[in-house]
Amino acid sequence: MSSATINLTLQVWRQNGPLDQGRLETYRADNIPTAASFLEMLDIVNERLAQEGKDPITFDHDCREGICGMCGAVVNGRPHGHEQGTTLCQLHMRRFRDGDTIIIEPFRARAFPVLKDLAVDRSALDRLIQAGGFISVNTGQAPEANSIPIPKATADLAFDAATCIGCGACVAACPNASAMLFVGAKVSHLALLPQGRPEAAKRALLMTAQMTPLGFGNCTNHKECEVECPKGISISHIARLNREFLKALLASPEVIPEMSADQGRLPPASES
Amino acid sequence: MKLEARIPGGPLESKWDRHRAEVKLVNPANKRKYTLIVVGTGLAGASAAASLAELGYNVKAFCLQDSPRRAHSIAAQGGINAAKNYPNDGDSIWRLFHDTIKGGDFRAREANVYRLAQVSNWIIDHCVAQGIPFAREYGGLLANRSFGGALVSRTFYAKGQTGQQLLLGAYSALMRQVAAGQVQMFPRREMLDLVVVNGQARGIVVRHLLTGKIERHPAHAVILATGGYANLYSPISTNGAGANVTAAWRAFKRGAGFANPCFTQIHPTCIPLHGDYQSKLTLMSESLRNDGRVWVPLTPGDKRRPVDIPERERDYYLERLYPTYGNLCPRDIASRAAKRQCDQGKGVGPTGRAVYLDFADAIRRLGRAEIEARYGNLFQMYEKITGDDPYRTPMMIYPAMHYTMGGLWVDYHLMTTIPGLFALGECNFSDHGANRLGASALMQGLADGYFIIPYTICDYLANSSFPEVTESHPAFADIEAEVMDNIRRLLAVKGRRTPASFHRQLGHLMWEYCGMARTDAGLQKARQLLAELRQEFWDNLLIPGDAATFNQNLERAGRVADFLEFADLVALDALTRRESCGCHFNEAFQTEEHEPARDDVNMRHVAVWEYAGKDREPLFHKEPLEFEFVKLAIRSYK
Repeated sequence: MSSATINLTLQVWRQNGPLDQGRLETYRADNIPTAASFLEMLDIVNERLAQEGKDPITFDHDCREGICGMCGAVVNGRPHGHEQGTTLCQLHMRRFRDGDTIIIEPFRARAFPVLKDLAVDRSALDRLIQAGGFISVNTGQAPEANSIPIPKATADLAFDAATCIGCGACVAACPNASAMLFVGAKVSHLALLPQGRPEAAKRALLMTAQMTPLGFGNCTNHKECEVECPKGISISHIARLNREFLKALLASPEVIPEMSADQGRLPPASES
Repeated sequence: MKLEARIPGGPLESKWDRHRAEVKLVNPANKRKYTLIVVGTGLAGASAAASLAELGYNVKAFCLQDSPRRAHSIAAQGGINAAKNYPNDGDSIWRLFHDTIKGGDFRAREANVYRLAQVSNWIIDHCVAQGIPFAREYGGLLANRSFGGALVSRTFYAKGQTGQQLLLGAYSALMRQVAAGQVQMFPRREMLDLVVVNGQARGIVVRHLLTGKIERHPAHAVILATGGYANLYSPISTNGAGANVTAAWRAFKRGAGFANPCFTQIHPTCIPLHGDYQSKLTLMSESLRNDGRVWVPLTPGDKRRPVDIPERERDYYLERLYPTYGNLCPRDIASRAAKRQCDQGKGVGPTGRAVYLDFADAIRRLGRAEIEARYGNLFQMYEKITGDDPYRTPMMIYPAMHYTMGGLWVDYHLMTTIPGLFALGECNFSDHGANRLGASALMQGLADGYFIIPYTICDYLANSSFPEVTESHPAFADIEAEVMDNIRRLLAVKGRRTPASFHRQLGHLMWEYCGMARTDAGLQKARQLLAELRQEFWDNLLIPGDAATFNQNLERAGRVADFLEFADLVALDALTRRESCGCHFNEAFQTEEHEPARDDVNMRHVAVWEYAGKDREPLFHKEPLEFEFVKLAIRSYK
């Protein structure tokens, strides 16, 4: 933990609200400790902006230890920055050099409207989960936990999919703003486990059908999502989603629901 | 204020069964006539909201974040306890109960803790049914590991991400109920006050954090699951940035008793503070103490690199002082031991406020691959934050504020002193006494939400009458006016210091005078400094922007204002408790070996504080703790 500092130039996306056009603004960020995290660097800049009577940069964040999925921005063209397997809060300034210019923008996707500056509305991800990203078990119905043995390798694979933090970097990284990795991870996590099998077909159909009405694009195998996922979730889970979807379509009694832009929408999550 | 714990009679083992047999039920068709508010969507809130909705109640759930999945329960790493006794190592409901009550230094209610141990097994069953990918053995059955304060392996885990997996399970159950139309979800809302009508909690007033709009939400009962107040000590806190005391504090001001606020837990294994820009300290799971060995150099001021310090010049002080429990002694004990080593000049790292947590032996014994499988994500997180590789050099760790055992006083039904206001999870005070054992927070949050509140709230609804209260009730108008006035006052100061700067000063002040080791003089000084800081806050606060927008500084200012008031209650409670117990350590009350000296004659009670009005000292009440089933003993981990 060195006490070194660096001087940076920031170009930050500023947008007053969803309807504002928005623009990049330039700020000096001098004497930034290299041991600070990226968000702590923004805290320092914000403190200085407040002292100068300017509006600080709005950005979402909470746990600051890489697990809640609330933070995220596109840094020099890459969601969560250039370090692999890292959320923005876990990206540290020692990964930058003195004199660097850093361009900071919100996650860009039709499904993620900008709320203010770097904060975007990702409630579409909640709606995807509402479409079927669960096992229908009520409290009190469960059998004894060890009555369902699951091979360790299967459980580990399900865990690798379940580790998704719902940050939306996969969507922001995708040229089509597709949510296939997010949906693939959830469908795969639950399809791998015996508890999730009874609803596997329905889940694959419903979650897939929900993507387009929510404004997400299609998957055309660019694989950018896998590169930018801070939890390293593999696109093999997209392959499993595709298999689950095909099986459901061809060999299950479940029917694919008709969804247009309006009727496909589930009750909105963010409005009263 | 009347403190009636409403504990069912009879033997300990049958109290909960008896309660469930005796509660009045609500007809399924009538459940849909009730609207219940749940504030907070962590483990306790999300599990409560989902379970109540499954029963047919109309639920309105609120959270600060953009999605209920972000709540800070998600950051819990190590695991969740249950008395399954799968490893056949002697565990039982009784032993989990006894470990928990002893771990809490005999300052929790027997009946509550026993119930917690009883329902612990149902939680594991339910979570597995939800598809939570717990760690498994090669035979396909569930794996366990050990945690501090226990001699059995009863902790279920999902790598170092157990809280995340459990929360996502509760969140998915909640999303299922949102899709079913049974839960209305209100994200990015902050509860700013509680509405009490005719003595009953009948709704809340919230601020929409994106638009600044103040909203009124009436209901038949209000459930707070708003977490703990460790961010009082921010930045020396491991909590997420948004965690705050505001909802609980405003409930206190409306008449809810606040219990044991000085019981604050310091976690021994956090990444140390190293700069004044740091926004928080990051926790390294206690599970690391299964395989990591804690040590300092034997000689004060030894500045050699850890690898250059030979074995005989190291002091593995936890193994030396507590041979039975060793590195797995409880958190309060491990934290104070680290502080004492550093106070003696044996601390390591650039600030001298750190000790080593060394995995070299474990890596030699088990191989790097096995250590990676057990703790890979934690090692990676440590490396990202510090730039050091813990596979090659020992971690440096130091205690930080982590969890708060104190909280809103609740009876056996989890109801506060305001009828119709319930508190679940870390928000209440009920199960951990003066110190919480590792892997018990997840257990308590889910016990309260999945298995306790669905029964107890039923009894309240069935036994109460509810005059009509809508948004247009005058009580809502009055409280909304107060809330708006408070926001206007904050914005009107127009001074020169940001809320973040006040928060940082407050955190350091509390850490210094009301942290790991407390003295009467220090606590009195804290109260005086707090009064000065409050004054400066209201004279010199700077909030850029206005109230009608997404204004993160305004949000923070409201929370800091409440922390500044609440801090005084923590110091007052610490002064009033004339003993040391669990995490509350007053230097005047210690044994020759620097262990806490309890006073079971005069201090065997829950301290409950009642709001007495602005600028007036709160009123003190006691709930005596009766121990009918366990024998009070000096807690020993030697």
